[in-house]
Amino acid sequence: MLHYILKRLLYFIPTLLIIYTVAFLMMRAAPGSPFAQEKDLPPEVLQARIEKYYADRPVYQYFRYAWDLATLRGMNSIRYPDRNVVRDILVPAFPVSLSLGICALSLALVVGTAAGVVSAARPRSLADYSAMAGALVGVSQPSFVIAALLLAVFSFWLRWLPVGGWGRPSQLILPALALAALPAAYIARLVRAGMLEVLSADYIRTARAKGLRERTVLLDHALRNAWLPVLGYLGPAAAAVFTGSFVVEKIFAIPGVGQHFVDSALHRDHPLILATVLLYAVLLVAFNLLVDVAYAWFDPRIRYD
Amino acid sequence: MTDPSRGNAGAAPGPAGLVRPALSPTRLALRRFRRNRLALAGLVVLVAIVAAAIGGFVQDRLAAWRGEPEPYRTSLPGIHPQPPSLVPFRPFGTDPLGRDMLARTLVGGCVSLGVGLAAAVVSVLVGTVWGLVAGYVGRGVDTVMMRVVDVLYGLPYILLVILLLVLFTQQYAWVRVTALFLAIGGVSWLTMARVVRGQVLALREAEFIQAARAMGTRTGRIIFREMMPNLAGTILVCATLTVPMAILQESFLSFLGLGVPPPLASWGTLASDAMGALNPVQAYWWLMVFPCAFLGATLLGLNFVGDGLRDAFDPRAR
Repeated sequence: MLHYILKRLLYFIPTLLIIYTVAFLMMRAAPGSPFAQEKDLPPEVLQARIEKYYADRPVYQYFRYAWDLATLRGMNSIRYPDRNVVRDILVPAFPVSLSLGICALSLALVVGTAAGVVSAARPRSLADYSAMAGALVGVSQPSFVIAALLLAVFSFWLRWLPVGGWGRPSQLILPALALAALPAAYIARLVRAGMLEVLSADYIRTARAKGLRERTVLLDHALRNAWLPVLGYLGPAAAAVFTGSFVVEKIFAIPGVGQHFVDSALHRDHPLILATVLLYAVLLVAFNLLVDVAYAWFDPRIRYD
Repeated sequence: MTDPSRGNAGAAPGPAGLVRPALSPTRLALRRFRRNRLALAGLVVLVAIVAAAIGGFVQDRLAAWRGEPEPYRTSLPGIHPQPPSLVPFRPFGTDPLGRDMLARTLVGGCVSLGVGLAAAVVSVLVGTVWGLVAGYVGRGVDTVMMRVVDVLYGLPYILLVILLLVLFTQQYAWVRVTALFLAIGGVSWLTMARVVRGQVLALREAEFIQAARAMGTRTGRIIFREMMPNLAGTILVCATLTVPMAILQESFLSFLGLGVPPPLASWGTLASDAMGALNPVQAYWWLMVFPCAFLGATLLGLNFVGDGLRDAFDPRAR
């Protein structure tokens, strides 16, 4: 196991390097200049800015940006020239997205698993249909509509929760709900499908024949195996949820990292694009490794030797 | 798997020497699909929405052709937005610019459905070929092709879409719409490639493929005559589930202001415009409710059909 983890860790750097390279090439190939503004700059000022960001020397820019990001020193954003992409933009914003993401993902896990187990325990019952209908509503509306609905009901109509902002726990509830809707729906469907498959297995019949309580059969025996597909989904889902959501951050006025993914691409802010790409890639690769390790822990039949 | 009632063994002889009529796996799957009432209901809703959207589009084009004002881009006289009313016949109300919301919802539906269809077509064409080649050729080719997919997965998808979109920043509306179709299609084939490759890897080692190879069958024939019938179900299911994802992505891009250019509309732009009109004082609910209802019904229908197809084509199905 340790050997396997070390080997995977060794692949980290080439993987990240390839993702960085592809992002760099795409970013340079995309039309539009990061230095374009509404008002034309004087040519010497423009030239100075281009040189400051090494935009005229692509090869040097490639290695310099990579080195600055790898050492976490970072470079200044083009759109906000006095802000360092690592120190001033991502470091303050990431904990916000992370804490919101952890809340949302835990919520999605609990709700999704519960809904999946309940609906698989009695297939074709009222509980099954209502749980799955709820799950389908979660995947059948854009997230901004779900966020708007939550706002309209809980903030405008009932006036229970604040409209937005960040800092108080009550401000966490609505964005976490909006962010959790999609993963919760997905997890519920995965758990239901997995449970239905597992429940017809022989060892479940054995467990029931032994006279175990249905609760023990479902939660201890069946769920452990039925949950494996969720684990595979969790890797990419965690990377996506922890890097925030543009929509949720915009609607609830949350200072997270999600907005930078979109804004940097829209404004061709080269340093910020590369920093966000690497943040996402590091999380994705790390969570995929964690998931693979967790597989072995969940299912002792899986070995990586 | 000795139970003949499972029925997926085709012409498997039953225990008493009874021979069931040979039915192809596809026929059996379609038969199972027809028994799934939820999936059939989804299909009916879907067909109705597509027909309504096309009908709205045709009516609009007809009006333009006859030289009459096109309902979806013409401002009506009076103070707007107006709530839904039957007399005059504006069941979905009007938007702040006085345009009929029914016409906009239906014509916008064509754009949303078109995005979904384009994504499905791209993912079938590109994703299937990619997965087939990677899985069938194997070895180094497989590794390289699948690493490409992994790397594209490793990039934030929004970056891919935005960079693909800005390749076409011309003013012509149809160029922008095509760019939107291509951009969403361009990120939607990855899942298909992975799924198809997995299937091909399993099929390649199957005995009937090895037998075909041993008999000297040409590669093209093996792929198209032996493998394709076994892949069709997987591809169909994956394509059906690609459509709702693409429609949601289009609505997300509309929220960013990267959707179809005005005065064109899609369900996504209509819903995100309605977001702007949402405030605690005055609720213009009809601006939000109707496009979202159409969007939701379409996605629900597609999901039901996709799930139904998956169950129908699942070899373990009972």
